[in-house]
Amino acid sequence: MISFSWRFIRMWQRNSDVFLRLWRSEIPGFVIEPLLVLVAMGFGLGAYVGLVDGQRYIEFITPGIIASYTMFSASFECTYGTFFRMEFQKTFDAIIATPLNIEDVIAGEIFWGATRSMLTGTMILTVASIFHLVHSPWALLIPIFSLLIGTMFSSIAMLFTSIVPSVNSFNYFFTLFITPMFFFSGVFFPISSFPEIVKNLSWIAPLTPAVHLSRALVTGELHWSLLWSLGLIIILIVLFFSASLVSMRRRLTR
Amino acid sequence: MVKAEGIRKSFGSKIVLRGIDLQVNEGETLAIFGPNGAGKTTLIRMITAVSPPTTGNIWVLGYDLKAHARMVKAMLGVVPQADNLDPDLTVLQNLMTFARYFEIPRQEARQRSMEVLRLFQLDDRCKGKIDELSGGMKRRLLIARGLINQPRILILDEPTIGLDPQAKYLVWDKLRELKSQGVTQLLPTQNMEEASTLCDRVAIMHQGKVLALDTPKKLIAQYVGDDIWEIEINSGEWDKLRGKLENNRLESEKVGGKLHVFHVSDRELLRRLVDIPESLSRRHATLEDVFFKITGRTLAE
Repeated sequence: MISFSWRFIRMWQRNSDVFLRLWRSEIPGFVIEPLLVLVAMGFGLGAYVGLVDGQRYIEFITPGIIASYTMFSASFECTYGTFFRMEFQKTFDAIIATPLNIEDVIAGEIFWGATRSMLTGTMILTVASIFHLVHSPWALLIPIFSLLIGTMFSSIAMLFTSIVPSVNSFNYFFTLFITPMFFFSGVFFPISSFPEIVKNLSWIAPLTPAVHLSRALVTGELHWSLLWSLGLIIILIVLFFSASLVSMRRRLTR
Repeated sequence: MVKAEGIRKSFGSKIVLRGIDLQVNEGETLAIFGPNGAGKTTLIRMITAVSPPTTGNIWVLGYDLKAHARMVKAMLGVVPQADNLDPDLTVLQNLMTFARYFEIPRQEARQRSMEVLRLFQLDDRCKGKIDELSGGMKRRLLIARGLINQPRILILDEPTIGLDPQAKYLVWDKLRELKSQGVTQLLPTQNMEEASTLCDRVAIMHQGKVLALDTPKKLIAQYVGDDIWEIEINSGEWDKLRGKLENNRLESEKVGGKLHVFHVSDRELLRRLVDIPESLSRRHATLEDVFFKITGRTLAE
């Protein structure tokens, strides 16, 4: 495998330049929508939900909202975003004629997706703190946590992007993979409340360990079992990151 | 400067390049002349390390491309046929971002960007959006972008396709200027005028092969002679006339609705062979004639 080099940072910079130029149009996706969900579910549904330990429902869902919008940011960036640059704008074709190679470009894309996740996670955390929904200093690790989760979901999305024939195929990715995780990975309801089959699927979904970690950081209730979640996330990153580099080289080398 | 040996490329069962040997010398401008589908762009993609050949070797500036792709790419200026400017960035940002891919320091990148924008008369557009540029302006910006790393070898795929005559002459002027500065140029083109006026040598490419390679003058002299005699006759009489020409050892080729006769040294002889002298006319031979002559023959084989 031909590996990526430090030059990936140039691709990352290209994307960040574009973002700094057009960030106003991105605000609804990564700031307003998660807050709407938080308020609607937290106050709306929260009025009917009593938690065992006296925690407010909105506090229960805050870490999950952080984890899942971190997932959404990375996934959108490395599916639609990457596909548009690759297929419609032919941006990659121009760049691989310079000293950057395909792996640099793809690594730059993945780390950019992760950066978007970090921005999203940090924004939601900030707003949640203002509303006194965060009580632990461990939550200061949320930006780094978002970067890690973002790298995982960017890599997964990138592998999918490397094999899709057209932009319409992303409907499958979001409807069958991303959205179910949003509902069944313990964001809104404890996984234990689902039927056996859903429970089993939930345990293997990549969002589940992310929600666990996020919840621990926001509430400050850390325990050793979280190392399993962290380990799983790192394993998934290594697997999907390298697979997406290999698969993208195959797609782009004609 | 560039050396390609035994380059073959196939996509599945489709063979695009059938064994190309090519050498571009230092400071030379070499045209690759051929129709769509001849394999010009595919060959260029191999030489610019964007696509690997199925078999064969390429050296650029003495470096084996397989082992030193990054280093070679840093010294190449590539102007693709299709517009792949970055529509998310402004005109100036396009150049600055591209310069950054080559690790050119910011200050210098800015200076060079403005320089090439002036060179191609785009400096008043530097804050403009890519979508707002006309086709000709985009083309000029693509060429400007290809110069940002001050390449030792410039590879321009159809540099003036879709340009109006003014812009075309502007580009040709700049290319001549670069040549005088010693920049080696490789120029795939379907434009015969471009190949014959800008280039030292021309490689004629057809169906994945280089069929001939020489200076435009020599190609013309060798394959068709300085003048072409054209005969306009009914298609029914073609074979009869060709028979007569052949008996007198005159080469001819059917092109469009006309019969072209090459290497005519004795024009009286030709006049006697043709029934209606008014159907006969003479003009200067061009590279296109060479192309038709060569490919016509391969098709017949």
